[in-house]
Amino acid sequence: MSNDDLKKRRVIGPDGIEFEVNPMEDYFCTERPHPESPANRILEKFFNWARSESVWILGYGTGCGAIEMRPLMTPRFDAYRFGIQWRPTPRQANLLMVSGYLSVKTLKRVIRSYEQMQNPKFVMALGSCTINGGMYWDSYNTINRLDHYLPVDVYVAGCMPRPESILAGLEELKKRIRAGKGEGANAYIENLDWYKANQKKIIKDWDMPDYNW
Amino acid sequence: MDYVIQELKTLFSGQNFEKKRGDLLFATLDTGVLVQALKHLRDMLGFRHLVLITAVDWIEEDLFQITYLLRNYTQKTDVGIRVFVPRSNPIMESIHTLWETAATYQRELHEMFGIDFPGSPRVNKPFILEGWQEIPPYRRDFDTKKYAEETYFPRPGRKTHDPETYMKQKLYPDGTES
Repeated sequence: MSNDDLKKRRVIGPDGIEFEVNPMEDYFCTERPHPESPANRILEKFFNWARSESVWILGYGTGCGAIEMRPLMTPRFDAYRFGIQWRPTPRQANLLMVSGYLSVKTLKRVIRSYEQMQNPKFVMALGSCTINGGMYWDSYNTINRLDHYLPVDVYVAGCMPRPESILAGLEELKKRIRAGKGEGANAYIENLDWYKANQKKIIKDWDMPDYNW
Repeated sequence: MDYVIQELKTLFSGQNFEKKRGDLLFATLDTGVLVQALKHLRDMLGFRHLVLITAVDWIEEDLFQITYLLRNYTQKTDVGIRVFVPRSNPIMESIHTLWETAATYQRELHEMFGIDFPGSPRVNKPFILEGWQEIPPYRRDFDTKKYAEETYFPRPGRKTHDPETYMKQKLYPDGTES
């Protein structure tokens, strides 16, 4: 999306009527998001158990890590037996799996995908690239720490992590959710200014709304 | 390959012929005759495939070297054509009229080295680096490490070892190497 697409302009529709379009207000919600408080303590426990048993993944396959996610779907590792499945869109998923190094350009897409997901949502980052930049730590275009831009729940170390360690990471994530620690989405909203400042520091041509609903 | 050398020498006054292998030849041409020479190589000598365009930053000589690598599929030979443009005014003629794919390479070179190719389609649009504000990152006077450390929040605690001494210590801790 270039900047011109987001400018306020007059267009002529297919029926010949001219009207004004302001994409930033027409297509996006400009209201600032607010944290969601739990329903009540007992119900939330049940909800957390249910959430942990249905982790639906939005795979953001950057770098080599996407290769290691494919075996998880096969009968050999079979992640589906843990209630884990892969979904095609952000709207249907509650776990964003970032599977490798992110450049500034891809980070922008990751942020958009993450913000479009429904609450509650979790982030799992694979590989040393997301932890400290990995072997690309001194590159001109590779971010070093994903947790400065998105609230990461679980890091899986490795270069790349094998499917077994990704399964272990998913188990760890389920434990966190059951213990009520999977509050990344709320933490993101509460610290939105800090996250946005970090994101805008490296994304120089910020051409999207501050929060993409 | 000798006939290629002959043709490039007589028609385009090519210099510095380097036979890297039996099937790989490099030659240096003037910027003015480059498009003609590539057209001649493509249409007359059978080098139909543009393999790649790449650049080298010779900062000491104040030059950019642009290399065009072509492939002849019937003879199974490659020829690389080098041209040099001044670093202070890096403008090169576009060859997207000969190969449409060249536009992508030229867009990349424009972004990474700042070499301009006037008339090349979409050459000014950002390719990989969106909103880049520094000097082009593949230029050798761009300090990549410093930029990364200042920009990307490096995680403290990273250790680096010199591979040679580190592996020597690890494999031969008592200093005997056998």
